[in-house]
Amino acid sequence: MTANDTLQLALYLAVLLALVKPLGAYMSLAFAEQPNALTRFGAPIERALYRLGGVRIDEEMDWRRYAVALLAFNLAGLVLLYLLQRAQGILPLNPAHLPGVRADTAFNTAVSFVSNTNWQSYAGETTMSYLTDLLGLTVQNFLSAATGIAVLLAVIRGFRRRSAATIGNVWVDLTRATLYVLLPMSLLLALVLTSQGVIQNLHANLRIPLLQAPAAVSAPATQVLPMGPVASQEAIKQLGTNGGGFFNANSAHPFENPTPLSNFLEMLAILLIPAALCWTFGEMVGDRRQGWALLAAMLVIFVPLALGCIAAEQAGNPALHGLGIDQHASALQAGGNMEGKETRFGIANSALWATATTAASNGSVNAMHDSFTPLGGLVPLVLMQLGEVIFGGVGSGLYGMLAFAVVAVFIAGLMVGRTPEYLGKKIEAYEMKMASLVVLIPCALVVVGTAVAVLLPAGLAGLGNPGAHGFSEILYAFSSTANNNGSAFAGLSVNTPFYNYTLGVVMYLARYLLIVGMLAIAGALAAKKHVPESAGTLPTHTPLFVVLLVSTVLVVGALTFLPALALGPIAEFLSSVAH
Amino acid sequence: MMLSSLRTELAPALRLLLVLTLLTGLAYPLAVTGLAQALFPYQANGSLIVHDGKVLGSRLIGQPFRDPRYFWSRPSATASAPYNGLASGGSNLGPTNPALRTAVVRRIAALRAADPGNAALVPVDLVTASASGLDPDISPAGAAYQAARVARARGLPLARVQALIDASTRNRQLGVLGEPRVNVLELNLRLDGRWLTSH
Repeated sequence: MTANDTLQLALYLAVLLALVKPLGAYMSLAFAEQPNALTRFGAPIERALYRLGGVRIDEEMDWRRYAVALLAFNLAGLVLLYLLQRAQGILPLNPAHLPGVRADTAFNTAVSFVSNTNWQSYAGETTMSYLTDLLGLTVQNFLSAATGIAVLLAVIRGFRRRSAATIGNVWVDLTRATLYVLLPMSLLLALVLTSQGVIQNLHANLRIPLLQAPAAVSAPATQVLPMGPVASQEAIKQLGTNGGGFFNANSAHPFENPTPLSNFLEMLAILLIPAALCWTFGEMVGDRRQGWALLAAMLVIFVPLALGCIAAEQAGNPALHGLGIDQHASALQAGGNMEGKETRFGIANSALWATATTAASNGSVNAMHDSFTPLGGLVPLVLMQLGEVIFGGVGSGLYGMLAFAVVAVFIAGLMVGRTPEYLGKKIEAYEMKMASLVVLIPCALVVVGTAVAVLLPAGLAGLGNPGAHGFSEILYAFSSTANNNGSAFAGLSVNTPFYNYTLGVVMYLARYLLIVGMLAIAGALAAKKHVPESAGTLPTHTPLFVVLLVSTVLVVGALTFLPALALGPIAEFLSSVAH
Repeated sequence: MMLSSLRTELAPALRLLLVLTLLTGLAYPLAVTGLAQALFPYQANGSLIVHDGKVLGSRLIGQPFRDPRYFWSRPSATASAPYNGLASGGSNLGPTNPALRTAVVRRIAALRAADPGNAALVPVDLVTASASGLDPDISPAGAAYQAARVARARGLPLARVQALIDASTRNRQLGVLGEPRVNVLELNLRLDGRWLTSH
């Protein structure tokens, strides 16, 4: 690692942590149950939206109704997005005259964007019309993130409320998350990104002559510059932990991410809301230390993995030794493993992005993970397999981490022989059952899905690399979709009916089974009485608890995935150093 | 019971979805488009390089070069042709894939063939495909490696070529962020005398 690598990582963490409290405090105002200056200011707009939407906001919902309403809202979004893709050929705002999207691809994409996964089996520049981008994909970038926040708010109310039958009103939660948080932040970020060169227009693609005509007659003497409303989608793609690129190359594309500054801001946007929600959580449950403890646990896992990924990529590719190439970092070049990386980002920003995007369930990329070194590629894979709770998705990362916290206090309770409590609520068999399901369902989907795919010819048909690396491609695909991340080892050809349908179903189950499980926990907790702290209560804001929580996350991940990892990246690493 | 309550919730769900669709899918992107076109029209429309009324390219999208008189861009793995603007993407070759090593060996040979006397180590970015396949930049090391070849092919003094490289180099943004880089299209347009400082 170079001094500048370290400096860029330090700067990133410093700016991120400095923004946790201000944004966290802002969000706790936006989601407060008591009216305040912010919600009073926005009240007229809120009221107009509720009136137009025809939803009743005066009634509180129990957890079942909350869950059903949220599933209905997401289902409606899924169907709308599917139909929009299928019909785009006969709809306006399609200057490239793209036809309707194939059924299996449209299904996969609809599930993917509604479930906040944003796995993409298609190439954006030649598949989606501007209308689909705007009314379909951009919309679900917002609403899937709002869905994550809504579930988190319901869980927080579960801890706050005492002997209560209800956990809030889902329409209010969805609307407030969109109106107060996602929309203004996206507007601001989109404009700053445009200043850096991210395009934002509705023009048709532009064909230009190349400066030097190619030697081969068959090669075109022109280049097509793609156009479109990119910045508006880019901003919410990053802020909402979505990750679905306007273009195939995602944030490696110069029109999505043109400068180091745009890269810094997009990378910041990946972790910003998930990190700040920890503060909001602490504030809303009445003990800010609880939020800091969860954030600390996330950082304890994030920072070493980021350092490891940067170091692995900076070390370069041993397979290219002896060819007369300079892979060393110097004042004149970033050096390292530059296959699948952009010059302006070099090693530090590519590896840090890969770590952040898979710690959060963002899944956007600014470098191609498939070409990472074995250990460099292991980092994003492991971060997804840990269940997307190291920051994780907007809302979903924190509620996932809370499921791990429930498991952690339960384990601690077993050790000392006391009924476990968390934030003043007794953790009993029902909550523990649900939390276990939330923790284990994604694990099962990854392991079973990968096993099925490597056994079927249709699963093996799309491999882009031979040997252990090919296995990693399939393992990565299921780790990514079963944890709603969306990034890929993109050598695997996944735009086939087999992968579109299986991965689509995996994404749906991973998202909505977990949401129902967490809302069930929220409902059960809300119904409980408050238990006053006693000498037997395990404090959950201490370094001891942070260690316990981190260990729980790591042990579940390691027990589940070490065998699979040994067959993929670890085998590839060992074979590459053996040469 | 779940199914019937799902039916009850579908109507408000759908209606709120439509309202929020208009807000986030229409009002928001059109507001961004309007503001972007008013505040940053050059950037919002693709940072186009225009010379004598003709669009020569985008400052942000690289082009392929093979002539020894031009600086070469990084290898591009885009489908059907290098630097295909409608097929952005990388090679996705794994580090241990023999195909990667073969491609790198071929690229080294091409660079050496165009510049026989040059025994320096080849900077890694010149022989590895970028992530987007449209990378507009090479490293300053990659430009320095090619400078003597271009100077010789054009009959220019090396110092003149070096000065043009320096003019096309961007340092780390704010002194810290990213990596130093040389914009290849800009550099080649400068060599051709078709670069305006207003770009």
